[in-house]
Amino acid sequence: MNKKPIAMLLTLTLILTIFLSGCSNSDSDGKGEASGSGSDGKVTLKFMHLWPAGSSAQQNKLVNDIIKQYQTDHPNVTIKQEVLENEQYKNKLKILSASNELPDVGVTWAAGFLEPYVKGNLFAPVDELLSGPLEGKFIAGTTEAYAVEGKTYALPIELNISPIYYNKDIFAKYNLQPPATYDEFLNVVKTLTDNGEVPIALGNKDRWTGSLWYMYLANRLGGDALEKAIQGTGKFDDPALIEAAAEVQKLVDMNAFNKGFNGLSNDEGKSEFMNEKAAMYLMGTWELPNYTTNPDVPQEFKDKIGFFKFPTMEEGKSDINSWVGGPGVGLFVAQNSKVKDEAQKFVQYFVEKWGESSVTEAGVIPATKVDTAEVQLPQLYTDLLNELNQASSLTLFADVQMKPAAAQVHLDMIQALFGKAVTPEEFVKNHQAAIDKGN
Amino acid sequence: MDKVMSNRLVAALYVLPALLLLVVLIYIPIVLTGYYGLMQWDGIGAMTFIGLENYTRLLQDGTFWQSAYHTFLLALFSALSLIGYLMIALVLSGKIKGANLFRKIYLIPMLLSSVAIAQLWLKIYHPSNGVLNTFLEAIGIANPPAWLAEPSLVLYALFVPILWQYAGFYILIYYAALKNIPESLVEAARIDGASPWQIAFRIKLPLITEVIKVTIVLAVVGSLKYFDLIYVMTDGGPNGSSEVMASYMYHQAFRGFDFGYGSAVGFFLLVICLVVTWLLRKATASKDTIQYS
Repeated sequence: MNKKPIAMLLTLTLILTIFLSGCSNSDSDGKGEASGSGSDGKVTLKFMHLWPAGSSAQQNKLVNDIIKQYQTDHPNVTIKQEVLENEQYKNKLKILSASNELPDVGVTWAAGFLEPYVKGNLFAPVDELLSGPLEGKFIAGTTEAYAVEGKTYALPIELNISPIYYNKDIFAKYNLQPPATYDEFLNVVKTLTDNGEVPIALGNKDRWTGSLWYMYLANRLGGDALEKAIQGTGKFDDPALIEAAAEVQKLVDMNAFNKGFNGLSNDEGKSEFMNEKAAMYLMGTWELPNYTTNPDVPQEFKDKIGFFKFPTMEEGKSDINSWVGGPGVGLFVAQNSKVKDEAQKFVQYFVEKWGESSVTEAGVIPATKVDTAEVQLPQLYTDLLNELNQASSLTLFADVQMKPAAAQVHLDMIQALFGKAVTPEEFVKNHQAAIDKGN
Repeated sequence: MDKVMSNRLVAALYVLPALLLLVVLIYIPIVLTGYYGLMQWDGIGAMTFIGLENYTRLLQDGTFWQSAYHTFLLALFSALSLIGYLMIALVLSGKIKGANLFRKIYLIPMLLSSVAIAQLWLKIYHPSNGVLNTFLEAIGIANPPAWLAEPSLVLYALFVPILWQYAGFYILIYYAALKNIPESLVEAARIDGASPWQIAFRIKLPLITEVIKVTIVLAVVGSLKYFDLIYVMTDGGPNGSSEVMASYMYHQAFRGFDFGYGSAVGFFLLVICLVVTWLLRKATASKDTIQYS
């Protein structure tokens, strides 16, 4: 070999190296440029959300429609979407936050989840929108969940309550009625297990699913004792909170839940209900499309699904119209976005459009007020919407209420409680310790 | 060619790009991880220097030691399973019918991604309609366990797919090493009247000891940092009974918003890996290597 090809090869290697490092450079430069406004008034907005076409088909379509329309109405704006699945979304949000590269507009959860981001000065307040163009548009109590120290940092787009869905066919087979009291509910569970049926579908690998059951029991027994304990104005050693934990274990002992629930994800648990292998399923109203609008679910199955409210307890402290639920996700504007004004305009537009079309097109309940008189809606949807309007109280999901570290302890403890790895006393003790730790 | 390579500048130019990438992508993050381990940091806000507090907390953290014990068990099982793989490779390298087919069968799990394997085994282990429990019920076991929900079983239930996943890799390595042994040596032994057992244990195994040592290091260190299948299949649950060190690190940093502590766990894991590698090399070091050329 003579030297020439070698020299050429070397040059090539060098060029490649420079090119590769140049790539990463231009990429980070490009970010500033991409989400900034160019000299010709062109604006690119980055929008990160969690409705992939695969798992949230209805929502994904809705987002795309809104973006398309926005771009037609605002020809100088281009919206770049990044879509991730729930768990990945949360991780990516944290990593982008650490390097201060949040998208201009993104999705966040309320309360405890939001707090570290606000403290880190990453989200911009949206109070101007709330007191301006969007005033009076939201259902009372929804935006408050996104407020920290008097300022609101995101606008909710969903509102959820959690009913117990049930399979009318299975109930009819054993002559059962939707229970109104807890004793009746226990009787339903017993009748079903005696006949070899699985009463309740649950996938507790995800843990917040089991948390719903605990939250309802705590609410029915102790009113707002759980909320107070979480906020620090009460204590976890409240007898009602211990009793609720004991009640969970009683249900486990009765074989109320499908087998192996602690090793199954929510999707796997859900499929027990969707395949009619379990009679009941406690879940948020975000599941409604599956029982109403989702074209992939057979109508025959949709017709079998009814719901009832979590039953009351005789010695309990709350009425049947108090729900576990609250606003789901909301939209934030990044504090260091170079096009904050444009981003806020888009958020306003998005919230309004979502409010109008999410009912009819996606079958989810928006956080903005809806006029349902004009549209033809599935009965199940209308019924739940009415329930929402009559709600006497709405308890925000515990893992969202708590700060991340405490929420983690809560979720771990829920799984341990359902798996009978802790006693009810240890369960509340560990919660108290996590809340006391603060951070 | 030799002339070009003897030019120091040219040699440096060749080495440089890879070295740069290695430093930027591996060594700098390692140093940073150790540095973050000294901080109280939620990953978003400001960092507070807290010295070795995270590391002392680590030493007293029962959950961490529990996950370290799980990791140790995995490493132990991986190392022990090597014996089985070696036996299979010995059989396959002999002149048996269908050896080629078996080799392919063992290798197939390696071609699947971890997530695909996890999904496959989730179906197998499904408590009510999984393949395993359906089979167990069919042969008359009335109430088979829910494998991934039973704290006492879940870890071992996870070991099966993990070991299955890597079986082909080690069998292939052993097979290649065994095939490298000159036929003349085996032939000579056979003429001298050595039994197949003697050939295997007195001739073949001693000749591939170097390869065996490498696989032990690979298996043990690989198990120490094992993460993916466990993350997808159980997420460390139920109640931490399948948590390993790497998943614990992930949960602390990304779920609990405690990047400082998560980094400390990560750095500790690195130190353990280095120590174990060093110990294994020390333990398996031999003064005279056997050569057959």
